[in-house]
Amino acid sequence: MPTPMAAEAVLNREFLEIRAKLLEIAASLDRIDRGGGSVEGDSRMDLILEGLSLLREDGVARAEAIQLLFSRQYDENWREQYKLAPRKA
Amino acid sequence: MYYLDPHIHMVSRITDDYETLARMGCVGVSEPAFWPGFDRGSAEGFRDYFRQLTEYEPKRAAQFGLKHYTWLCINAKEAENVELSREVIRMIPEFLDCPNVLGIGEIGLNKNTRNESTIFLEHVELAVRYEQPILIHTPHLEDKYMGTRMILDMLTGDSRLDRGRVLVDHVEEHTVRHVLENGFWAGMTLYPVSKCTPARAADIVEMYGPERLLVNSAGDWGPSRPTAVPDFIVEMRRRGHPESLIRRIVYENPLEFFRQSGHFEYTPPDVPEAAAIET
Repeated sequence: MPTPMAAEAVLNREFLEIRAKLLEIAASLDRIDRGGGSVEGDSRMDLILEGLSLLREDGVARAEAIQLLFSRQYDENWREQYKLAPRKA
Repeated sequence: MYYLDPHIHMVSRITDDYETLARMGCVGVSEPAFWPGFDRGSAEGFRDYFRQLTEYEPKRAAQFGLKHYTWLCINAKEAENVELSREVIRMIPEFLDCPNVLGIGEIGLNKNTRNESTIFLEHVELAVRYEQPILIHTPHLEDKYMGTRMILDMLTGDSRLDRGRVLVDHVEEHTVRHVLENGFWAGMTLYPVSKCTPARAADIVEMYGPERLLVNSAGDWGPSRPTAVPDFIVEMRRRGHPESLIRRIVYENPLEFFRQSGHFEYTPPDVPEAAAIET
């Protein structure tokens, strides 16, 4: 089910909103830079920068990719680790 | 447009919110048992809570013409206490015949621990034994993907379950496909910061269609908007989606899911449906 709005209409509607969100991110990163101390080596900064680069990818579902980037991975053997009963099916 | 909010914690809301919901076109709310912001010290604390959900809230909602439905469980956060959880689970059948109880929920995971998983499976056993529908909470933020996959692994590992009677809530872009492809219902929670926005929920509808999809506000004691479902309606209208599609998601789908509960009783309003929310 596609969106009823054409791409240009979506861009017209959301251009200023996207611009504002980019500015918020830029200002947050500037604030971190201006703050005392350092976040060098903080894995959260790596995630943020990787997330920003994901936005430039074509042909991927960016929102899903960002969600997965910020998610713990699923381990199919989790039941064995927790010593839970195996699946019943 | 009439709608139902399939997941909202009205015990945390003031009476004015019931009135606001009624003014916005809400005709019914479904309130799963949850964590109220602090851990309860005994099973008797849960007994009081279940009485509030089954006796007091239906009356408060009725003042404004809203139907109030509920789901019972010990939530995932307090499920870390296995002994307390088992006491509460043993008590739940006392309340299953109350007229507004739709099933077991919101069970689920919080930090994806062994104890949470153990109590989740024991809730599922309870639901199977008493033939109850299930409403499921999935974890927040970085724990959501792993927790949702664990929950689906536990559910699909039990051939006794009717997947069409199970709602997996708080889905987002990275979990919705897993839930729907396995035959379960999926709920999108419109909640600031940690869950979905009305725009992203509309995106998910456009990507997956309306089949077995619900939207809710999960309005509770934290920053949240009890009128988030009308926000979704407005967003869908602004994009040009037909009223029939919007109505299916916010009204017909919750009715279809709830009707699978033996207790569900609902009479549509006898006044013409007005476009209560203007774009």
